Amino acid sequence: MTVQFTINGVKVEAQKGESVIEVARRYGFEIPSLCHHQAVTPYGACRVCLVEIVKGGRKKLTTSCNYEVLDGIEVVTDSEAIHKHRAMVLELILAEAPDAEPVKKLAAQYGVNVSRFERSDTEMAQERHDCIMCGLCVRVCTEIVEVNALAFNGRGYNRGVGGPYLEAPQSCIACGACAWVCPTDCIGFVEEDGMRKVLKWDRELPMEKDENGRPIAPKFQLHYFKEKFGLPADIYKKAPGSR
Amino acid sequence: MALISNSAKLRSYREELVDKKNKEGKKVVAICAGTGCNAYGSPKVVAAFREEIEKQGLSDKIEIKPTGCHGFCERGTLVLMHPEKQLYQRVKPEAVAEIVEKTLKGGEVLEEHLYDEPNTGERYKTEHEIPFYKHQERLILGKNGEIDPTSIDDYIAMGGYDGLTKALELGPDAVLEEVKKANVRGRGGGGFPAGRKWETCKNAPSDKRYVICNADEGDPGAFMDRSILEGNPHAVIEGMIIAAFTIGADEGYVYVRHEYPLAIERLTIALAQAREWGFLGKGILGTDLDFNIKINRGGGAFVCGESTALMASIEGKVGEPRAKHIHTVVAGLHNKPTNLNNVETYANIPLILDKGADWYISKGTKGSPGTKIFSLVGKVNNTGLVEAEMGMTLRQIIFDIGGGIPDGNEFKAVQTGGPSGGCLPASKLDLKVDFDSLWEEGSMMGSGGMIVMDDKTCMVDVAKYFLGFLKFESCGKCTTCREGLRRLHELVTDISEGKGTEETISLIEELCDTVEAGSLCALGTTAMNPVLSTLKYFRDEYMAHVNDHRCPAGVCKELITYEITDNCNGCMVCAKRCPENCIAGEKKQLHVIDNEKCIKCGICKDVCKFDAVRIY
Repeated sequence: MTVQFTINGVKVEAQKGESVIEVARRYGFEIPSLCHHQAVTPYGACRVCLVEIVKGGRKKLTTSCNYEVLDGIEVVTDSEAIHKHRAMVLELILAEAPDAEPVKKLAAQYGVNVSRFERSDTEMAQERHDCIMCGLCVRVCTEIVEVNALAFNGRGYNRGVGGPYLEAPQSCIACGACAWVCPTDCIGFVEEDGMRKVLKWDRELPMEKDENGRPIAPKFQLHYFKEKFGLPADIYKKAPGSR
Repeated sequence: MALISNSAKLRSYREELVDKKNKEGKKVVAICAGTGCNAYGSPKVVAAFREEIEKQGLSDKIEIKPTGCHGFCERGTLVLMHPEKQLYQRVKPEAVAEIVEKTLKGGEVLEEHLYDEPNTGERYKTEHEIPFYKHQERLILGKNGEIDPTSIDDYIAMGGYDGLTKALELGPDAVLEEVKKANVRGRGGGGFPAGRKWETCKNAPSDKRYVICNADEGDPGAFMDRSILEGNPHAVIEGMIIAAFTIGADEGYVYVRHEYPLAIERLTIALAQAREWGFLGKGILGTDLDFNIKINRGGGAFVCGESTALMASIEGKVGEPRAKHIHTVVAGLHNKPTNLNNVETYANIPLILDKGADWYISKGTKGSPGTKIFSLVGKVNNTGLVEAEMGMTLRQIIFDIGGGIPDGNEFKAVQTGGPSGGCLPASKLDLKVDFDSLWEEGSMMGSGGMIVMDDKTCMVDVAKYFLGFLKFESCGKCTTCREGLRRLHELVTDISEGKGTEETISLIEELCDTVEAGSLCALGTTAMNPVLSTLKYFRDEYMAHVNDHRCPAGVCKELITYEITDNCNGCMVCAKRCPENCIAGEKKQLHVIDNEKCIKCGICKDVCKFDAVRIY
């Protein structure tokens, strides 16, 4: 079903169920975001994608990632108020992730080069490193990989992300999808000495070797894929081209 | 087989109950067994009465009835003697034998157990004469003093489940019209008209609908919902059944905090009775209405009082709110249309059906009909649960009902609406309390918390306390609430420690703006109220902290110093009690505090009988 509405005064068309951010981006309107990825369910955590939406004559500031398109709404993707609030949100994020390049870059676009807030010196904050609690790793692990190795722990300012009780997640297959999707690159993913390590989760798994002795991926991960997709038993023994 | 199979049976059953009670003609001694009075030792008082009645062979003349909360928690244990409604307060088990002998048998009034007004010393014999009760309109709470919450017969005898029979006769559409006309607004805090909520839920296309009662009361100092569930659980159950009938739901939940064991116990008993009597289950009262209620115990997270977080919690997920661009009345629990109301809202519904919407809208104000229950706490003489008609002024509630401020102190502010509410100053005492008026003044009704503060309270400290609570209770999902509240708390703490500047205040205001505009759920969007309202009405106090490094109320530890004045007669009590041993002085000599070592615990000031310790 098609839905018609406007973005910054321009008439646009979208499919029912699409989010405002996706449609806006498709039409070339820029909306910044740190926690959105089209492959997973919108979460609305980072609050950077704030836009103004007029519905039934009432204007409301809201996040565009989890707002499903509706007929007749008017979306404004930039205004003085939007700019001001995005800048403050980015300042809050920058305080806790001062080394994260994408955050620094985006904050600078909104005139925030240094945060007025000091980075917390708690153990929890050290542990978090540049994590901005966007939850993309959790969503990818749950919805795409479907191993449910990661979750949020604690609440409020004590929130952390990782395995149960913030210990190494035993069901993690070290596939690395979380590290790939992480907007601040704070997870850490290395392969060395025949081992794959996902640093943030403290997960280390030995890698399976192909017939030439080259490491392919962790045994655990390959087994999981084989079972999940019903692949032939000897699939990984073959050279990559003939699998 | 259900005991009550149709409306006619209910009526005859009630007549039998009333006849029986009239024939027996027993005097009823209703002893408050709410959580407050239980803490005072009410179970022992109940046991003592039962033993004494048994001993004196009065069992056929006097009934001892433990009930729910009567509201006057300050004066527990409360003993209310029917039919005269004579009230004895602060009753201890030791006094019971004399009460039975002299009052119940001899008809004598024992002065020492009567309520004495702290300002005038006047004593009052009956409940309705006492100012605390006299100015209230106890539509909901009134029954608490008469009903044994574990007895469905008590509820039925008082007209209970009559609202339901009327609803069943009227049909869902007419009930909806009645509830809409009554304009009963959500007592949980939002103040959204329940009728409109019901209508949207009823009209949302689906094969399945849910009804939820939100009993996750989490505001510090609030115990309204708890007391309704503990004192009159059937009123809530009846309200839920009527809602289910109206919107077409067949399954209901009461989401109640695990920290409310007594409420859960009494609700469990009440639900079992309602099933046995035939008010829950299949074919209720001979109609084709099927409805059942389950109890879901919450783990104690404040945020689970938010409707979407609550539903996530019932689903077994982490209690985190989600965006409500699609309302829960359309897609709520398990993605089905779900009607969620608060305990007090449901308790109003049977009344509306029983007495009619016209009667209901004659109470309260035009925009907010009916009554509202407040938990009146803090620096006020009559701490307790108060049910006031909407439109009463803050002054009437705090001074006429609440008896004013204790120890001759001045009123400074009242905080309404729980942790996300605001603080209103003395200049707002004549504000007529309803949903809209409080909102306009920068506070809110919330679920009905009312914390009274005297002139010994520092408003910066108050804002710091509530921000501390909210930052701890934030789920942490969205940046503005997780980081924003933490930063706000840091900034206000800086001010309370004398480290703040005028820039700190402008940063607070700037941050409040974004926290309000950018947060995902109501926890975040209202969290700035305690700061903004204190900044609005008590800015001078903030400025004193910032510019003069002074806490005018003498509360913020970093900014105050204790000093012993000439009033000291050298009794040495403070020196002995000082945990840091930092008070020097000989017997009968002026004592001196070593301010280098002093931790400002205030014990010296508390123990001094000569008012010789002062804060500056």
